[in-house]
Amino acid sequence: MTTPSAARLTREYPARYRLEGARCLACGEILYPRRLVCPACGAREFAVHRLSSHGVVKTFTVIHVAGSAFKHQVPYILAVVALEGGGTLTCELTDLVDQQPEIGMPVELQFRRIQEDGEAGVIAYGHKAVPR
Amino acid sequence: MTVGIVGYGSYIPRRRIRLGDIAKVWGADENAFERGLELHEKSVPARDEDTITMSTTAARRALMRAGIDPARIGAVYIGSESHPYAVKPSGTVVAEAIGATPDVHCADLEFACKAGSEGMFIASALVRAGEVEYALAIGADTSQGAPGDALEYSTAAGAAAFIFGRENLLATLDAQTSFMTDTPDFWRREYMHYPRHAARFTGEPAYFKHTKGAALALMAKVGATPQDFTFAVFHQPNGKFPMRVGRELGFSRQQMLAGWLSPWLGNTYSGASPMGLTAILDVARPGDRILMVSFGSGAGSDGFIWTVTERIREVQALAPTTRTQLDERKLYVDYGMYAKLRGKIRMGE
Repeated sequence: MTTPSAARLTREYPARYRLEGARCLACGEILYPRRLVCPACGAREFAVHRLSSHGVVKTFTVIHVAGSAFKHQVPYILAVVALEGGGTLTCELTDLVDQQPEIGMPVELQFRRIQEDGEAGVIAYGHKAVPR
Repeated sequence: MTVGIVGYGSYIPRRRIRLGDIAKVWGADENAFERGLELHEKSVPARDEDTITMSTTAARRALMRAGIDPARIGAVYIGSESHPYAVKPSGTVVAEAIGATPDVHCADLEFACKAGSEGMFIASALVRAGEVEYALAIGADTSQGAPGDALEYSTAAGAAAFIFGRENLLATLDAQTSFMTDTPDFWRREYMHYPRHAARFTGEPAYFKHTKGAALALMAKVGATPQDFTFAVFHQPNGKFPMRVGRELGFSRQQMLAGWLSPWLGNTYSGASPMGLTAILDVARPGDRILMVSFGSGAGSDGFIWTVTERIREVQALAPTTRTQLDERKLYVDYGMYAKLRGKIRMGE
């Protein structure tokens, strides 16, 4: 896996840096990341919706065999986090202290390094979940 | 015009390494560090934590206490000697992540361990001058010590953030000063991974001369004596130095305990005395006066006098306290994991 280009990262700053998703103006569905068409009702108009940084683990998996960019980080946990107020985010679950990951675990999202394009390339930042 | 702090926040990584685990690898005397420098363990950043991530979390916590719209922040300064990029500001990422862009002035600052207090000095002056409504100053570092060097026993990671304003202050800034000379006690040349230092020369002619110089100038400026303060915090390169300089200036151990983090945190460089200030603000009461003096090799000290206001009671519980982060939910790593996390292992690719 390669790091997204600097241009793509920049386009995605609102979602990656500030957790900005979309709220469908027709049915209220919360979408993250944003989409052009609401999957719930087909509407096309949205308002910016800032996701909560608090949520619970909806499901998770433990990665033991990773892509080249993450091979030295195994084993690590990927989780789908259901956020308070709506919206879900797939991200790494990290910083577990004397505990195993479990469905329903309360977590908060923290700003972390996600990936870097080698020692000389751009660094991608975003959010990871840590236990509350 | 009265200016001061409207919000503060800190961040400490959860990982720790005990000094005994470092001493074991290098055949050093653990007790020499435990007793001689009053150091027991230190924080270690994870692979995904750096000056930018820690600064962002500390800034968000400062915003939780400030209760202001981040778009009203007109200046963002990050002081660190471990900015992730050599060229490209840390501050742009942090400002973007907290929602302060685009109408904001931004700069990354460097002055060894006092880069954080430099930001505080400039931010408060800009607010006082009326140039900006709010200004954010952050001190953060993931400091590095060469394997086996004395610095490896103290270099740690952490961040402290302060939002300065003119209204709804939780602490007023009563005076500030700076005391600086050209003193080559510690340095890192371009492209070098680790800093070099002048051993004992870092003590009397560097740390003690400048911290005392700033503290005495500051107290003279307002006509205060050590007895006029509830708390004092000094830069903390280890556990011993801040307590010694405070004692020699006439402060009691009791005045310095609340902000004394280094025995269990290590030296967070640009974050050190600013993080001590956050720990003090976590427990301070209205009317308390605080003296804070930083130190950066090279060398210089910035000094500040704060008076805590009634608003402190409303904001202390709005974000995690510094002591809670220091004392709870720690994740201990051994030297092998520490070396991996700090990038001390040469990889095959």
